[in-house]
Amino acid sequence: MRARTIWPGIAIVIAFVVGGLLTYAFGNDPFIAYGALVSGAFGSLYSIASTLTVTLPLAITGLAVAFSFRSGLFNIGAGGQYWLGGIAAAWVGYAVRLPPVIHIVVAMLAGALAGALWAAVIPGLAKAYRGAHEVITTLMMTYIATDLGHYLVEGGPMQQPGFTPQSPPMAPTAVIGRLVPGTQLTWAIVLVPVLAVAVWYVLQRTSLGFSLRLAGYNLRAARYAGVNPVTAILTALAISGGLSGFAGSIQVLGVDRRLFDGFDPSYGYTAIVVALLARNDPFGTLLAAVLFGALDTGANQMQIIANVPFNLAGVIQGIIIFFIAAEGLLRYFRRRRGAQAQGDLQTAPAE
Amino acid sequence: MNVLLNPELWSSALTLAIPIAFAALGGVFSERSGVVNIALEGKMLIGAFAAVAFSALFHSAWIGLLAAMVAGALTAMLFAWATVYLRADHIIAGLAIDILAAGLTGFLFNSIYGQMGTPSDTPSLPIWHVPVLRSIPVLGPILGHHEALVYLFFLVLVVANWVLFRTPIGLRWRAVGEYPRAADAAGVPVLRVKFWAVVAAGVMAGLGGADLSIGILNSFSPNMTTGRGFIALAAVIFGAWRPWGSFGAALLFGFATSLSFQLQGSAAISKNIVLMLPYVVTILALAGFVGRTTAPAADGQPYDPER
Amino acid sequence: MAEAREDARSGASKGAAAGGGEGREERVLQVRGLTKQFPGVRALDGVDFDLMRGEVHAILGENGAGKSTFMNVLYGLLRPDEGDIRLWGQPYAPISPNEAVAAGVGMVHQHFMLIPALTVAENVALGSEPRKGLALDLDAVVARLQELSEAFGLEVSPRARVADLSVGMRQRVEILKAFYRDARLLILDEPTALLTPQEVHELFRVIPQFTERGVSVIFISHKLAEVSQIARRVTVVRRGKSIDTRPTEGVTPRELARLMVGREVALQYERPEGEPGAPLLQVKGLAAEGLEPLDLEVHEGEIVAVAGVEGNGQEPLIGALSGLLPARGEVILDGRPIHHLSVRRRVEEGLGLVPSDRQEEGLVLPLTIAENLALREYYRPPFGRGGLLDLRYWLERAGEAVEQFDVRPPQPRTRAGALSGGNQQKVVLAREILGDPKVHIASQPTRGLDIGAAEFVHERLLELRSERRGVLLISLDLDEVLGLADRVLVLYRGRAMGVLTREEATREKVGLMMLGQAVAEAA
Repeated sequence: MRARTIWPGIAIVIAFVVGGLLTYAFGNDPFIAYGALVSGAFGSLYSIASTLTVTLPLAITGLAVAFSFRSGLFNIGAGGQYWLGGIAAAWVGYAVRLPPVIHIVVAMLAGALAGALWAAVIPGLAKAYRGAHEVITTLMMTYIATDLGHYLVEGGPMQQPGFTPQSPPMAPTAVIGRLVPGTQLTWAIVLVPVLAVAVWYVLQRTSLGFSLRLAGYNLRAARYAGVNPVTAILTALAISGGLSGFAGSIQVLGVDRRLFDGFDPSYGYTAIVVALLARNDPFGTLLAAVLFGALDTGANQMQIIANVPFNLAGVIQGIIIFFIAAEGLLRYFRRRRGAQAQGDLQTAPAE
Repeated sequence: MNVLLNPELWSSALTLAIPIAFAALGGVFSERSGVVNIALEGKMLIGAFAAVAFSALFHSAWIGLLAAMVAGALTAMLFAWATVYLRADHIIAGLAIDILAAGLTGFLFNSIYGQMGTPSDTPSLPIWHVPVLRSIPVLGPILGHHEALVYLFFLVLVVANWVLFRTPIGLRWRAVGEYPRAADAAGVPVLRVKFWAVVAAGVMAGLGGADLSIGILNSFSPNMTTGRGFIALAAVIFGAWRPWGSFGAALLFGFATSLSFQLQGSAAISKNIVLMLPYVVTILALAGFVGRTTAPAADGQPYDPER
Repeated sequence: MAEAREDARSGASKGAAAGGGEGREERVLQVRGLTKQFPGVRALDGVDFDLMRGEVHAILGENGAGKSTFMNVLYGLLRPDEGDIRLWGQPYAPISPNEAVAAGVGMVHQHFMLIPALTVAENVALGSEPRKGLALDLDAVVARLQELSEAFGLEVSPRARVADLSVGMRQRVEILKAFYRDARLLILDEPTALLTPQEVHELFRVIPQFTERGVSVIFISHKLAEVSQIARRVTVVRRGKSIDTRPTEGVTPRELARLMVGREVALQYERPEGEPGAPLLQVKGLAAEGLEPLDLEVHEGEIVAVAGVEGNGQEPLIGALSGLLPARGEVILDGRPIHHLSVRRRVEEGLGLVPSDRQEEGLVLPLTIAENLALREYYRPPFGRGGLLDLRYWLERAGEAVEQFDVRPPQPRTRAGALSGGNQQKVVLAREILGDPKVHIASQPTRGLDIGAAEFVHERLLELRSERRGVLLISLDLDEVLGLADRVLVLYRGRAMGVLTREEATREKVGLMMLGQAVAEAA
């Protein structure tokens, strides 16, 4: 058991070591590079704010993915739900008139709802009633979401008059205020630990969460325990999608302040890495999101100062997740040792 | 709609389909042995990069092609080792490869080529003019001249189909993907078959990436595959896990893309809506509304010989 | 592989198996003193066995008697600890199925090793594919299959997909696979388990056609009537020993049943007297896949045991009663119909279930004892209120349960996966019993438990009986059934063969019914 808990730590260390070797191989000093990485991420108030700006949506989508994994579902389409959330929130943001605080709240709820529906309706129903694997369906929905987004702002109904593919700006009442002036960090960051606690609470302290966890552990036992598989699937995907959509809405309302044409299907993957690194634990997800936010922000600095391409961050991410995935390695070594000790063990057949 | 009569449309549909078709063929290889291959995207990317790098280095597109195949195979070995022998979850391991590949190729690209991008004089694959094909009425202009890899693809497709359905290797391959325990009982080395199937998939994906970089675009840029590896996966499903079927699906995607380019100017339908079509159809297929989607029965299940 | 002499088949009955060393009939297989020990159980205890050329020799026994182990040794899947096996006069000790096949031994498993998506020819060819150049020469396979089909009377279309074939046809394919690899000794493992009566008839028509060609057959079964029909001799095994071998001609079912179940004294338990009261569970015409329409009643203060060989309808029955499987028919619990209710609602109405698979269904191993104890009622008071869980209550209750049921280690926060089998079962029992249902369904509650733990379980069940609850005990262990039950219902092929009262339920009678023999019930 102990080995399992420190495995993510080992993965991170190995990843950084490999990254360092790569840096060295290309003629740069790894220590300078990593130094720049750290200072770029945490060196000043501005850096910290930048790191947290990246962390913010990542943490929430990470929570979304972790939640779905805990319920036994692979919601790979967190990216698409994120974009839908942004789209819905943007629309409420510029097309609807509402008093100040209410406007933001409604916009964020619209985003969450859009994300929830995007996950639960098509992928959810297809899985619950047709057994269609959610990995592919949520992924497909992500591509559709990206295309939908492009459509809406490239000559579509959500484009602002003119030639630029973007939506009209958010009404001032729908904008989330900056926490640190001069940065893009909004006060919405405080929602992150709140959501983590909420996710933790739902999973650990509510009967709904318990039902979903049962489904995630063992569907047979879950049915024996009285859990309705259809309800479980739909609820889990709705919550997961809702969180992603919420993240998307925060990004649009707080950082971008309008809907840009930056829809990208690969957005959700980092969220998956974050969730897996944290072993689907809500608080671990926050830490992992900070790590990746730091990697992202610091990498720019690393490029400028140490002349190391910022993609190194991507390499490190990939190595981390690879080691998480290959956790079977542990099992493999343990089995090898065990088999030698036990010799020819034959189990009694079930008659 | 005049746009449909333009042979350019159909010709570029084929051209654009080939990278996906290669990757999809790889997907068929892998899934037929029971390994879900989300890592196609990553292998394509690595193949694309290797192709450009070695082509520029040795001033030969063919060496670049070879490099792409080797790179794809090596990456696949990593993935295969993790999924087949370590019994890692196929999906997580696949995502790992994708992210790793994206990061690695981006890193190498920036380290080696930097701002300027890949050299513009990188040899790309030659365009072949095939007289026999050119003279076919109507289809001639569409099929008659393409870069080499397009024709090589058809060769590979035919061979792959034959191997899968007409040779002992193919039989074992399919058996392993359907019911590994029975194959094991019949003396088939299940794990070894899966491993090499995944490696073959990697070679295909590498070729697909190479087609993108030294066939169509003649350059490399980070993340240039833009999800084609995942579309290939959809093509595998939509093509019912058959080589020719997956090619047909890839063609559909290629057509959709080509159509969207042609429609760029016209206001009739937004190109973005058209691009959605393949994904919608895939979902319908998965939900059982369009065609029959029966995956190889043991697809996605790690095989534990000791159980 | 020994060449078979081209003698005419010996049709004469050879009498008792132990002798018979004359030259007229060739002895294909000779097993002496075969022993195999597993931790805690002697699966084979000095088994003797003979097989003559062209003979069909049946092995009859209950679950756990040693049939599977014996087969696995013959097929190279297991190595014996002691004993001597001679195949065609030569020492035989295969260390893998490949060696067994090479020696001419073929086995048709109960669960077919066929790939549904492939054709018959492809399935047969797999593993030793003939080639034509680089390609697979399926035509050669088809040709040889047709030869074999004709020779052995096993009609099959070689190019058909296995998925399209009936169970009976698939079995033929399995047999043909064995013949394709030149098997001269065929082991059939419970071959009629999955066949319809017509298919059984077909199979029995076809088996003599093998034996005429010198193939010898070991026919493993628990079905008395069939054994008498198809086999020349039958060897009864019980608890790892070969009890006796008899010619099937002239032996009565009664004798065989007695040999099979033995004469040991049933477990003695203190059974406080008391008349069963009102019916708590009334089942009428309950049917599901694998279960024929069945009627059943369980009264207050009564233990009704469902006996039968594994796979004769027990799991469908449990699924139908609990709501886990789709079913037709009526189920009335304490006067209230529950057959339209969900699993959860049935629990709420008072139906408890200790499932057969405690690790995959009864418990969630990564969760703690306390969490597992809340598995069925976590959503309602006192385990939870208004959607929230009362984890403190869970721990309290777990503390009590662990003490009451003597779970070791008595730490409610221990992961269920870390407990021994016996303790895991105690947790499941504790949960169901403390849930205080009106009727308990307990499926194989002592499977895999040592004597002490098994006794504990039995005592708890008897306690429930004293407390005027109803208990439906599904068990594969005849001792358990006879020791605990007030009434016994026997399942065979998904049908209730009959219900016996405690007085009527002798080992013989129950044994016979388990083997498919209808027995006239006392009023």
